[in-house]
Amino acid sequence: MRTIVIDPVTRIEGHAKITIHLDADGYVADTAFHVTQLRGFEKFTEGRPFYEMPAITARICGICPISHLLASVKACDAIMSVRIPPTATKLRELLHCGQIVQSHALSFFHLSAPDLLLGFDSDPARRNVIGVIEDHPELAKEGIALRKFGQQVIEGLAKERIHPSWTVPGGVNAPLDRAVRDRILAGLPEAKAIAMRTMGFFKGVVDQFKEEIASFGTAPTMYAGMVDEGGNLQLYNGKVRFVDAAGNIVVDQMEAADYARYIGEAAVPYSYLKAPYFKPLGFPEGIYRVGPLARLNVATRCGTPAADVEFEEYHQRYGRVVESSFHFHYARLIEIIYALERMETLLNDPSILDRHVRAEAGVNALEGVGIAEAPRGILIHHYKVNEEGAITWANLIIATGHNNLAISRSIDQVARHFIDGKKMKEGMINRVSAVVRAYDPCLSCSTHAANQFPLEIRLLDADGSLLESVRN
Amino acid sequence: MSQQISVRIDGQLCTATEGQTIFQVAQANGRYIPSLCHMEGLSSAGSCRLCLVEVQGIGRLLPACTTPVRSGMSVTTNSEDIAHNRLMALELLFSERNHICAVCVSNGHCELQDLAQTLGLNHVRFPYNYPRLPVDVSHPRFVLDHNRCILCTRCVRVCDEIEGAHVWDVAGRGINSRLVSDLDRPWGESQSCTSCGKCVQVCPTGALVEKGRAVEEMTKRNAVVTQLAAKRETHL
Ligand code: SF4
Ligand code: FES
Repeated sequence: MRTIVIDPVTRIEGHAKITIHLDADGYVADTAFHVTQLRGFEKFTEGRPFYEMPAITARICGICPISHLLASVKACDAIMSVRIPPTATKLRELLHCGQIVQSHALSFFHLSAPDLLLGFDSDPARRNVIGVIEDHPELAKEGIALRKFGQQVIEGLAKERIHPSWTVPGGVNAPLDRAVRDRILAGLPEAKAIAMRTMGFFKGVVDQFKEEIASFGTAPTMYAGMVDEGGNLQLYNGKVRFVDAAGNIVVDQMEAADYARYIGEAAVPYSYLKAPYFKPLGFPEGIYRVGPLARLNVATRCGTPAADVEFEEYHQRYGRVVESSFHFHYARLIEIIYALERMETLLNDPSILDRHVRAEAGVNALEGVGIAEAPRGILIHHYKVNEEGAITWANLIIATGHNNLAISRSIDQVARHFIDGKKMKEGMINRVSAVVRAYDPCLSCSTHAANQFPLEIRLLDADGSLLESVRN
Repeated sequence: MSQQISVRIDGQLCTATEGQTIFQVAQANGRYIPSLCHMEGLSSAGSCRLCLVEVQGIGRLLPACTTPVRSGMSVTTNSEDIAHNRLMALELLFSERNHICAVCVSNGHCELQDLAQTLGLNHVRFPYNYPRLPVDVSHPRFVLDHNRCILCTRCVRVCDEIEGAHVWDVAGRGINSRLVSDLDRPWGESQSCTSCGKCVQVCPTGALVEKGRAVEEMTKRNAVVTQLAAKRETHL
């Protein structure tokens, strides 16, 4: 058997590696996506007061700190058994919308745009954000402006962009300033205009990628995402819904505390990241996807006007259930519009300036689960504490974890498509890395590196000696 | 009546009262000497070694907070050698336990962190010790995190000298020294603790804090203790 290993050569935390096993005839036998993740999390936090968890978890998984903060404070709210003040809920959602906008904008403009605009097979030296800036300066400028808007929302609310300490168990630690509200509201129309223009542009080029769409992980899976009671898309405040590959609702309005009834976690030998699966179907049949694509397959509608128009068109184009992981890109753009519209609604609600934003309480339950929709999908924090509030046990399921099985499957599909006899076809590395990037897994290597996604494909023969090595 | 004497601090002639420490005289004359374990209103312990100064004619550096002035003494409060030694003392404090500012409730309001900034500490040359230390959350209102304790003993002194409860002591030797309450039982079970919170207010780091404070939320009010001590002096 031959093994092709695609191995990013740099970066430490979150280090991804792809192994493609070929059979004797040089056809793809199996594909595995390996992630080295921080382990020993519970040991690390054991004995610490639970209310320190938001800050700690936001630091160890540093790519979407706000999502960790939110899942963590929700778990802490549950331990305190408080219903946080309604304005605090709105403010947390507002912060989250800022995070979604900035994260999706980064993902779209910096990480996906080079492939989409310059072509998957264009010169790797230019197939990066710099190339985009040179060839499409207007679009690049707008992307930067949109991301900045999201960051400004976060800064305005939390006074600190990267790891805000504003979100605390029981609510938030300061009410919203009128001036900050007005400033965000003033910036919204332009941000929305950019999002709509980008949407228009994307719809214009998307049909050029028929081959990618067809090969980008189109295998049927279940999907999971958060919705409200009416089935509207929710990013902060909903409950999880599972749908099957045909879009039928399997579980709806799952209580956070019940997650372990529906989600099992299989330890897989090739990865430290556990592979969650839908328990009622077992492993590995219970494969499901989370993230933008899944959320839009799960939700009945977005629930905001402009996003719903796009939502309709999207599903008209690709069906009720959109399968190709390529459409993560499309879904992300719809979510940017949704997040901007939600911000508008939240900021125009007069109660958003309410001064009562924090509930105080000690330990009233020995266990708490918090779930939020991170930009990349469902994020679960689950803590147990003793009566004095010291952490005794902790479990996190991150978005990339939920997608672990699906990512492997998508790579497998691309590899089959682009491995020809015993050779890799031109453009294979690019497409494998593009598939991984479509999921936007939270590995520093894939997120920072744009198109310098550091890959090395090594072709090994049955006994492991190197036949060929290719780097991008 | 104590006698007035004169000393030189950085060449400047200063009048002092016999029994004052170098630290007090320097401060009264506007000379900055860094300090950490010292606190106005409490006795001096001389444990942190950040206030080291040179006294002419003495071959080693002396802590300003515990060294009394003598008539005719000449003191230098800053030199390359002093700075080097202070920095080293600070680095050793950082390397000894787990001071992870980013996730600390006292981040931004910490005397250890402030001092690192003032003295320009930007890296630690010694290997970190990374001890595994417990957090005592047994008290209903307060938390003791040994990871962040620098053994300055301010809490020990304030509890003994101002509150009069003497809950705290340091047990063990050298690197194994630990703060203990009531002869080493969980703080929440202490029978002598009055829950006054003075130890929390004087602790320079995030080692003693109020329960429920999230990251960066713990601010201390140690001026209260200095005022209390001063009031007591006038009363007596
Ligand atoms: S707990 Fe605080 S005040 Fe007490 S010895 Fe440790 S650092 Fe000093
Ligand atoms: S302040 Fe003098 S030794 Fe600590």
